Amino acid sequence: MTQPPDQTAPSRLALAHVSKSFPGVKANQDISLSVRPGEIHALLGENGAGKSTLVKIIYGVQRADEGGISFDGRPVEIASPKAARKLGIGMVFQHFSLFDGMTVLENIALGLDETVPAEELKARIRAILDSYSLPLDPDREVHTLSVGERQRIEIVRCLLQKPKLLIMDEPTSVLTPQEVERLFETLRQIAREGCSILYISHKLHEIKALCEAATILRGGKVVATCDPRIETTRRMAELMIGAELKHLQRPSGGGKAGAARLSVDKLDMPGEPPFGTSLKGVSFSAQAGEILGIAGVAGNGQAELLMALSGEHLAGQPDAIRLDGRPIGLANAGARRAAGLACVPEERNGHAAVPEFTLAENVVLTARHRLPLAPSGLIRQGPVEAYAKDVIARFDVRITGPGALAGSLSGGNLQKFIMGREIGQKPDVLVVAQPTWGVDAGAAAAIRQALVDLAAQGSAIVVISQDLDELLELSDRLCVINEGRLSQARPVAGLKLEEIGLMMGGVHGESHVAEPAHV
Amino acid sequence: MTAAILVSIFMTLAAAATPILLAALGELVTEKAGVLNLGVEGMMLCGAVAGFAVAYSTGSVALGLIAATLAGVAAAMIFALLTLGLGSNQVATGLALTIFGIGASSLIGAGFVGRTITRLGPLFPADYAAHPWLRLVFGHDAIVYLSLALVLAVSLFLRRTRAGLILRAVGENADSAHAIGYRVLAIRTAATAFGGALAGLGGAYFSLALTPMWADRLTAGRGWIALALVVFAAWKPGRLLIGAYLFGAVATFELQAKAAGWSFIAPEVLAMTPYLATIVVLTMMSLGRRTGGRDAPACLGKPFPAS
Repeated sequence: MTQPPDQTAPSRLALAHVSKSFPGVKANQDISLSVRPGEIHALLGENGAGKSTLVKIIYGVQRADEGGISFDGRPVEIASPKAARKLGIGMVFQHFSLFDGMTVLENIALGLDETVPAEELKARIRAILDSYSLPLDPDREVHTLSVGERQRIEIVRCLLQKPKLLIMDEPTSVLTPQEVERLFETLRQIAREGCSILYISHKLHEIKALCEAATILRGGKVVATCDPRIETTRRMAELMIGAELKHLQRPSGGGKAGAARLSVDKLDMPGEPPFGTSLKGVSFSAQAGEILGIAGVAGNGQAELLMALSGEHLAGQPDAIRLDGRPIGLANAGARRAAGLACVPEERNGHAAVPEFTLAENVVLTARHRLPLAPSGLIRQGPVEAYAKDVIARFDVRITGPGALAGSLSGGNLQKFIMGREIGQKPDVLVVAQPTWGVDAGAAAAIRQALVDLAAQGSAIVVISQDLDELLELSDRLCVINEGRLSQARPVAGLKLEEIGLMMGGVHGESHVAEPAHV
Repeated sequence: MTAAILVSIFMTLAAAATPILLAALGELVTEKAGVLNLGVEGMMLCGAVAGFAVAYSTGSVALGLIAATLAGVAAAMIFALLTLGLGSNQVATGLALTIFGIGASSLIGAGFVGRTITRLGPLFPADYAAHPWLRLVFGHDAIVYLSLALVLAVSLFLRRTRAGLILRAVGENADSAHAIGYRVLAIRTAATAFGGALAGLGGAYFSLALTPMWADRLTAGRGWIALALVVFAAWKPGRLLIGAYLFGAVATFELQAKAAGWSFIAPEVLAMTPYLATIVVLTMMSLGRRTGGRDAPACLGKPFPAS
């Protein structure tokens, strides 16, 4: 941004009256936008607003029914992703298109159109990793990496191709504030070098900090364009959802400590081989009516902690985990659910839900312990459908009905459904990883409100997240997990963002991370 | 036992291992691309009968081998058309292909039952091929050498070449591969064809090299062994080689035991040994494997595009 983008040069990317319909849905209607060379352009919109379809058209995954695209002033036909890359368009997908059984290096090589010898490619990857300070081992297999690390692969894959237009679909969802700032530095540097960036995010303050122009979509149409540096985040959010944004309603006198509902005492757990993080003496308690936030950079033991709490991995000692005083360390996942402890893992498709099952079937899988959905083993279709419909309505899941396959929902939509499914069971203790990952502003606010309301009814809630803003907004107390160790929980009131950020990532690897950093 | 007997046992062993190795290697490549073709036995029988028919009619074993390979490809293409083109279920289609192969080979082979041909001979001149111990290395027929070379070639192809990487990617995550811009169905069709070619060749090894005579269901279930080998070998060509030769060794032991007239083991139990031993040893191999690794291609048997 040292030199203003050249106003006279042709647009790097210009869309003119682009429309695209799917059976029953007009995903994009008459969309026009233009991105100047070196401009960071935000594409804003709720889930289902048509952003994904639009970028798929730009990246050649789908073809527009009507309208034209021009690139650097020339009209172009983008028939395939390969053609897009040939033009100089790179894309970081929201759903990572990675190959789990292969190494980072192989994944990156697959995304390149030319053949590069492995050693040379490794050197080039290391150069990029170093210059952008991204920690990543090129020889690790992807299935051993956390979501955050997987995202870095996608980013590196694009940067290797020296693109002229970079499409970033929700790139910061799982990064710490420091990492986000570093990514922004990177993106600004890329933009300074003349590459345009089309930046899709729900996080309005990020768009405000990074982008020079914004196009706001709603219901498949452009509803506004604005300069996010001038516009308020609130105004942009309201344009996006087409209604006024609700504030998080906290019950009066929040933060009152009730009895401990979930207490964890010196929990040790070996990490998932071969690269997992072991939990070392993790102790905390969550009280009735409170939301306890657990912050930390991906891969520091969050996955192991969630598995230990959900009962997928059993603790060695029955006393290591107690629910309302009862030892449950050796109880399995079903028994814990029946006892009132519900968990929502980070990975929605395949862990929190069975993609090949309908939403109604997915309801039965976790809600049957608490709700009379399948007494004596026979599924009662009526109540199951009714419960699924209730969740769909309450959490505004955009889908045809409870018969839809979980795998056919977009990430944000499925997240809304899963959160609704668990919250609706009114668990005594709810453990959630990344509650609003990939969910847009309006729906995220609704999910957070539902969590606060659940806590107000006397449940204890543990939120494991890398989104510090969210943790600070939601939590009563906050602790940080680093290399399998959990810090003391501290009241959120009076904690500084930089302080926690340093605890999370800045002093990664030092043993006294739990100590408060210098103020 | 004298050295001569040991050499002779090894020759039998290699011959018993080769057809399974070929068929399994082809299936390995097919499965790496995400296609589960259970019709190996059927494709082998198609190859066996086509090879025998052409070799008998023309008098040329080489032409027979070529015909067998093509017949295997043709059978595989029926499978590809149904599963990849029309999206039918891979398991059911593969089983149907086996039944089809059994029936077709019986029909075509009906006129050839009991006929004999000159079998495929050693590749190298008799000075080496008939030498008392040099024949250990030089006494095999061309297909044995070809199968060993193919193990190396497939291994290098999958691990070291870009095309191999793309093939594995298609088997690992077809949607992602498509999103990046690879032609999933074309790659899967090619991998299926390769599997068919090697299964056909493996089948012809029975009718042209092992028993130069046509009989119904000549392959005797070896196609199923090949399928199991791929799984137990964890989709790794090197392990496939070990597994196939192990199977050959125990099969040879069975023959020797029968020939020696051991009566304290029931012949039925002896006949079981190759299958049992293969499974036991390969299970042990897979137990010793590093945990946390995933072996099967993630998209194995899943249709694309997902329906």
